[in-house]
Amino acid sequence: MNSLYQSYIRTEALPSLFCPGCGNGIIQMAAIRAIDGLGVRENLACVSGIGCSSWIPCYLNLDVMHTIHGRALAFATGLKMAQPDKKVMVFTGDGDCLAIGGNHFLHACARNIDLTVVMVNNYIYGMTGGQKSPATPMDAVTKTSPYGATDYPIDGCQLALTMGATYVARWTTAHPVQLEKAIWEGLENKGFSYIEVLSQCPVQGGKNLYGEKEPAAILKKYREMAKEGEITLGRFAQNNQRKEYLERVEQCLATQGWEES
Amino acid sequence: MSNIVYNDIIHLTKESKLIELHPFEILDERKQSMDFINLAEEKEEIPRKEPVKMVLQGNEACAKGAIHAGCRFFAGYPITPSTEIIELLAKEMQQVGGAFIQMEDEIASACAIIGARWGGKKAMTATSGPGFTLMQEALGYGVVTETPIVIVNIQRGGPSTGQPTMSSQHDIYQARYGSHGDYQIIVLAPSSVQEMYDFTRKAFVLSERYRTPVILLGDEVVGHMREKIVIEDTQVDENPLKPLSAGSPTTDFFQGGNSLVEGQLHDEEGHRIGHLPQKSGEFLNKLDEKILRNIDEITHINTYFMEDAEVAIVAYGSVARPALNAIKMARGVKDDRISTKFKIVKDVITKGVPQTLQTDYSHLKVGLIKINTVWPFPEEALKRLTEKVDLILVPEMNVGKYCREIQRVVRKVKVVSMPKSGGELPSPRELLDRIISEVGVKPEVREDE
Repeated sequence: MNSLYQSYIRTEALPSLFCPGCGNGIIQMAAIRAIDGLGVRENLACVSGIGCSSWIPCYLNLDVMHTIHGRALAFATGLKMAQPDKKVMVFTGDGDCLAIGGNHFLHACARNIDLTVVMVNNYIYGMTGGQKSPATPMDAVTKTSPYGATDYPIDGCQLALTMGATYVARWTTAHPVQLEKAIWEGLENKGFSYIEVLSQCPVQGGKNLYGEKEPAAILKKYREMAKEGEITLGRFAQNNQRKEYLERVEQCLATQGWEES
Repeated sequence: MSNIVYNDIIHLTKESKLIELHPFEILDERKQSMDFINLAEEKEEIPRKEPVKMVLQGNEACAKGAIHAGCRFFAGYPITPSTEIIELLAKEMQQVGGAFIQMEDEIASACAIIGARWGGKKAMTATSGPGFTLMQEALGYGVVTETPIVIVNIQRGGPSTGQPTMSSQHDIYQARYGSHGDYQIIVLAPSSVQEMYDFTRKAFVLSERYRTPVILLGDEVVGHMREKIVIEDTQVDENPLKPLSAGSPTTDFFQGGNSLVEGQLHDEEGHRIGHLPQKSGEFLNKLDEKILRNIDEITHINTYFMEDAEVAIVAYGSVARPALNAIKMARGVKDDRISTKFKIVKDVITKGVPQTLQTDYSHLKVGLIKINTVWPFPEEALKRLTEKVDLILVPEMNVGKYCREIQRVVRKVKVVSMPKSGGELPSPRELLDRIISEVGVKPEVREDE
């Protein structure tokens, strides 16, 4: 076992419940590297919702809150406000973040509260067995869209940009180094950071969604799609103009003659 | 047993002297409930300040109580009739160094306070019927993760939008059973502005002691009325009682504890056990026992005129107010809020004491059992208190829900439900007339005696 990995993992909780070929391990390791590289381990807590992606932090030897479906950002907002000097990282998925948690996502972006969100987008509800998510591409056949998905998919990055998140990036599990850098930058950004990771779910998504069954082939395809411009990757925004929520609160209090304590 | 406060606060002396009364504002009783909060009091050498008297609205008293209890995080969403709580805390929470946020909905509010509590801040939210419904999932999460939080529900009429500006006790079951799954919960029902303040503080003490969400179940009447209250001590409580946990991580975040807070059934380390039947069953039992084994410590009941009562009114929340007035009417206690002091004195001089005290209901030996901790249901205490009575009347501002609970445990006595829907309190006369219709005019000459 990788010694860095081992030092961050609750080894007694292994084996993880991730399926063979899942992208979560790659994302977990990218997060560990970013946290360790920044040296913020003691001052960082993770919050997650429900779904496969939300199990990522549960194996980390950190303060972790594994909460209810869609509400991770609300829990994280409370935690951050209680301890404004600490860093709070949120792990969520396409269903957790864009469907049931959509409202909290909009408002957390708009507040620009200092949270770092890693949104694992595998285009499907994996934990429940392969149903359509808000990110599922049009016409894709899933268990709940047997004749093809009819909804226009929601682009989380565009949504985050529109609502005012100050750091927005998208990578895939085929880009672990760039992903690590993005998480690093997200943690450094004072404001709402949204990092979407296109991940693979070979077991529940498979050929219907990705056109490939083999995890390695899906990763390869992600790289090709990125090259051909079928998916847009990279850093979409790093905006220091919008002030962070808690800074604005302090500012308001100060102008009214109340000092933050 | 020993911790139950059996207070016969109002006494008529043998000579039937007149006593002026303010319901639920009796200082002795208050001191006792405050002693419960401040067990560390004896060690303190800080001189006690003079009690502060003020006139507050119930919702304001609740907000003040939260701040004095050491609550330093409030998340909420405006909803009638609880809005004054969020308004007052929006102003005052940050002045005491706490954090305040208006969230996007009640779901987020309930979640945020749980997050804040794990960040080490005592936290509260306040809402009303529809918002309370939205909070139920987070409430269950608070129960299973053993997170001490306080949720205030200022009840209004339902279902749905229902009666936004009217009072009700519709949520008595929702407070107990609202979230899915089996669990125990502590619910306090204040009847006055003083109790809105005291019980809010007590809610924080109980939540920390039992590591559980505690619900303050007020209603529009106590939320919006204004009364004089006495605040004896604004010192932040220091949790004198050791926290009890069924088996979850208890170390706040950022203390180096690597706490894993898990909504699935879990072990002491936070690791999931939801897939293991035996361990899951044991955990659920421990979660229940944490509350049920300490029910005597939690239970708080006030009794009035119960020593010789033949009929007991069991009431909670704002309905206990007309119930107490009914007792006074039957027992011949003149209240200066019913008639002026001048009139009482005049009556005593012109008519004499017995005549002044005489009412249409004077032959009724009625007592009041006011339940302050409505959940966990104080089964044993209620059985003991109603041993000698022949009839129990349970007035409620709903279709008669809590009554079923009483009927379930008190088998030997006739338990009569007196529901009233629509948002109005029953009047004292309505209560006494109902008793008369049940027992006949002269209850002492019943057939079975």
